[in-house]
Amino acid sequence: MNSLLFRTMAPVIVAAMLVFSLYLLLRGHNEPGGGFVGGLIAAAAMALLGMANGVMATRRALHFDALNYAGVGVLLAALAGVLSVFYDVPFLTGLWAEVQLFGTPISVSTPMLFDLGVYLTVFGSIVSVVLALEAGGEGA
Amino acid sequence: MPFRPDLLLALLPVAPLLLALVAAGMTLVLRRFAGVLLAVLPAAMFAYLATLVERVAGGEIILVHLDWIVSYGIGLDLRLDGLSLVFAMTISGIGAVVLIYAGGYLRGHPDLGRLLALLLGFTGAMLGLVLADNLVLLFVFWEATSVFSFLLIGFDRGRQAARRAAVQALLVTGIGGLALLLGAVLLAAMTGTWRVSDLLAGGSLGGTAGYLPALLLVLLAAFTKSAQVPFHFWLPNAMEAPTPVSAFLHSATMVQAGIYLLARLSPVLGGTEAWTGALVAVGGVTLLWGAVAALRQTDLKLMLAQTTIASLGLLVLMLGLGSDAAVSAAMLYFVGHALYKAALFMVVGAIDHATGTRELGALSGLARRMPLSFLAAAGAALSMLGLPLTLGYFGKEELYLALGGSGLELAALIVAVLGNGVLGGIALAIAIRPFLGPIVQTPKRAHEAGLSLLLGPLVLAAAGIGAAVLIGWFGMMAIAPAASAVAGRAVASHLSLVPDFGSLALWLSLLTWGVAAATFARLDQLRTLLRRVQGAVRFTFDAAFDRAMFGLIRLAGAVTRFIHHGRLELYVVTVFGLLALALFVPMLSYRALPPWPLLPQLRFYEWGIFALAAAGLVALLLARTRLGAIVALGVQGLAVALVYLVFGAPDLAFTQLVVEVLAVVILTLVMTRLALDRRDPREIEDLLRDGTLAVLCGVGLTAALLLVLSHPLDPRLAEFFTAHSVPEAHGRNIVNVIIVDFRGLDTLGEISVVLAAGIAVLALLRRSKPAAMPVLPTTVRKPRRRPPIVLVPALSVPDLKAQAAHPVEAKLRPDGSGA
Repeated sequence: MNSLLFRTMAPVIVAAMLVFSLYLLLRGHNEPGGGFVGGLIAAAAMALLGMANGVMATRRALHFDALNYAGVGVLLAALAGVLSVFYDVPFLTGLWAEVQLFGTPISVSTPMLFDLGVYLTVFGSIVSVVLALEAGGEGA
Repeated sequence: MPFRPDLLLALLPVAPLLLALVAAGMTLVLRRFAGVLLAVLPAAMFAYLATLVERVAGGEIILVHLDWIVSYGIGLDLRLDGLSLVFAMTISGIGAVVLIYAGGYLRGHPDLGRLLALLLGFTGAMLGLVLADNLVLLFVFWEATSVFSFLLIGFDRGRQAARRAAVQALLVTGIGGLALLLGAVLLAAMTGTWRVSDLLAGGSLGGTAGYLPALLLVLLAAFTKSAQVPFHFWLPNAMEAPTPVSAFLHSATMVQAGIYLLARLSPVLGGTEAWTGALVAVGGVTLLWGAVAALRQTDLKLMLAQTTIASLGLLVLMLGLGSDAAVSAAMLYFVGHALYKAALFMVVGAIDHATGTRELGALSGLARRMPLSFLAAAGAALSMLGLPLTLGYFGKEELYLALGGSGLELAALIVAVLGNGVLGGIALAIAIRPFLGPIVQTPKRAHEAGLSLLLGPLVLAAAGIGAAVLIGWFGMMAIAPAASAVAGRAVASHLSLVPDFGSLALWLSLLTWGVAAATFARLDQLRTLLRRVQGAVRFTFDAAFDRAMFGLIRLAGAVTRFIHHGRLELYVVTVFGLLALALFVPMLSYRALPPWPLLPQLRFYEWGIFALAAAGLVALLLARTRLGAIVALGVQGLAVALVYLVFGAPDLAFTQLVVEVLAVVILTLVMTRLALDRRDPREIEDLLRDGTLAVLCGVGLTAALLLVLSHPLDPRLAEFFTAHSVPEAHGRNIVNVIIVDFRGLDTLGEISVVLAAGIAVLALLRRSKPAAMPVLPTTVRKPRRRPPIVLVPALSVPDLKAQAAHPVEAKLRPDGSGA
């Protein structure tokens, strides 16, 4: 893409999309949102960045191969299930705890970890495919 | 659970498998002492088993039970009776010796650690097999022995012949494994128990309805494992393995697993005409086949391999007869054979090591250079020949005592005498030809083998003679309990060292030795004759196996080419054609067509959304370029997302929106990537075909959804989730709570699929990289051969769950891509 406007604005839009995707991920348990749609939006952001700044720049921004994110995602989701072993409850039983963050009570839970896993899996799988397609074969 | 000393029994299969995990690493540190130190474990197990001998001989059966799959009544049951004890002691004893031998045989070999680890693992699997008191456990260990033997036979993985032999052994014994599984399921279904002990207590199944199929399946398993004709061909090929492996696999283990299975199930399946007929016939044929094949060989190791087939045939024959004397003979022969065969294999390995050849004709006069090896070979060969004061003698005597009654037994007797005679001749040839006579030039200058190579054969040969000297005690402590377990009734031991000159058996033994001497004297003439016969026949089972395998591969290739033709548009046609069938066939066959829907009362902006969807559809159909069509499809999808939003499914709306955006992006990328024409140049008949399919699928889906809506909704799931979402899962967004909590296992599976699909798409993209074929610049790949559009299914998470929470909305979108 050679449009100057697009290239200038893209990083701003991408940043906003990524923040929004995290917002959706975190509020998903009580409001519309969740890991799946969050991951999709983050993936769309990366697709946009790829079109604006090129595949190489996007890959650098990701630091790791996109598929690694997906692998870590599945691992996190599985880990969220395995944790229940330490509490002698069946696999994938939801576990909840409350922590104080700057005086605000925050619930952390294995479903949250699980949702993060879904987010990363969707994100990683789609980004890896989209970037490979955008690269047009080179270094796919 | 309180500690019970018998639980140590459970360690027998487990400990070698655990040690196998670290054996390779230990070998790096221990180097030349690795074999000896690792052998401590099987030796200790042998000693532990020895402490149990008296209890078992006293009639006790030691049982161990650990819970495993409680809901199916399948436990980790172990059973130590006379039969398992004899097998377990033989396996652990020879296992220890073989480990020491292997450490010396492959000293300095970079893969010695792997070999030792595999041998240990194999020992564990074999011990588990003979101790298992549960058909499921038995099957698991049975398969484990197949896998370990595959790895052991293919140890020298750089050579094609070794790999082929390994695959062949795995396939043949694998077929048997499947048969065993089926047989075990059948037995369990007939008797209602998986426990072997319960089966044995239930007595013979002969005459019941499922008996014959169960028998045939078990026999198939045993015959493939124990290399009975016509499944014998894998065994000589397995000689591609290093000699320590052959010494172990073909004396006391692997091939004896089939014998063990027959012996174990003999009280349940034995005693019928079918059993006796099948075992005696197959065993007899195998005995003669192996004996004749052994005569053809000049390679010492191959001679031994063929005699193993013959011995296995003899064992099967004895088990088939099933009389007290016959099963006693089988147990005696099993121990005697294991001892002398392992010793002879090891001696042959030592000869190979020392001289660089195993050819009978190239060896002579080694006794002066390798006196101890000669001693071991002679001791073992005497047992194989069955001279007095060896275990082989008693095994043979016992067998001859058992025979001679009926016509079948007379025939078996003749076969046994002939077979034993030829085996004796081979034994003489192996013990005498290489060692006596003038010294000849060998590829390497012969020298006596080292201690680790000598220890095994000497100990085993001595054990064969020692057990014979103490035959009265040995018979009472080992053979009688084992035979009782096989016969399913108490079998007394009457073995004694003093020969009975009045008995016919002694004269038959003399006849056997006569045949042996004649065979030995005429060995070369016999070989020439047999090779000429073989040259005339031409058919070999080995080649038939190859033909069958290649036929299978050709068939698989043909099927693959038919189904997996690589034309993307035909794949799509197939998928949607099947979808249309799946929609219409049930509806039409149940005559359940939906009622004509009433026109809904919609607000004006709702009409607007539908108008947008319709406009997208029309634009799609009229689009002149592919890009236009893709965008038009996006418009239509957008309208669907709006429908979700308006009718109260914001989650689905969100997801649908993003999916549509990404779909447009990805389809566009795919289009540019595949360098498709801007336009869609379809023939008119293709257009008709695709159009018909599209209309059919659309009408079918609409009808199915109307049908669903015409029935009252079952509210139970929706009510459950509404009631439990907040109190139990702390979440107000029911859709998300279902995804990450209530049905988390589904989601875990789904994201695994997403990941796998991503990997698959990436692999396809990399494979079809244009830059990968720079050599042929003129070759233009046909775009239809690249199917990267599989991405779209990867996006849609099949989502029945969401239906429970938003039933109406979810059903509006049949592919369920909302989540």
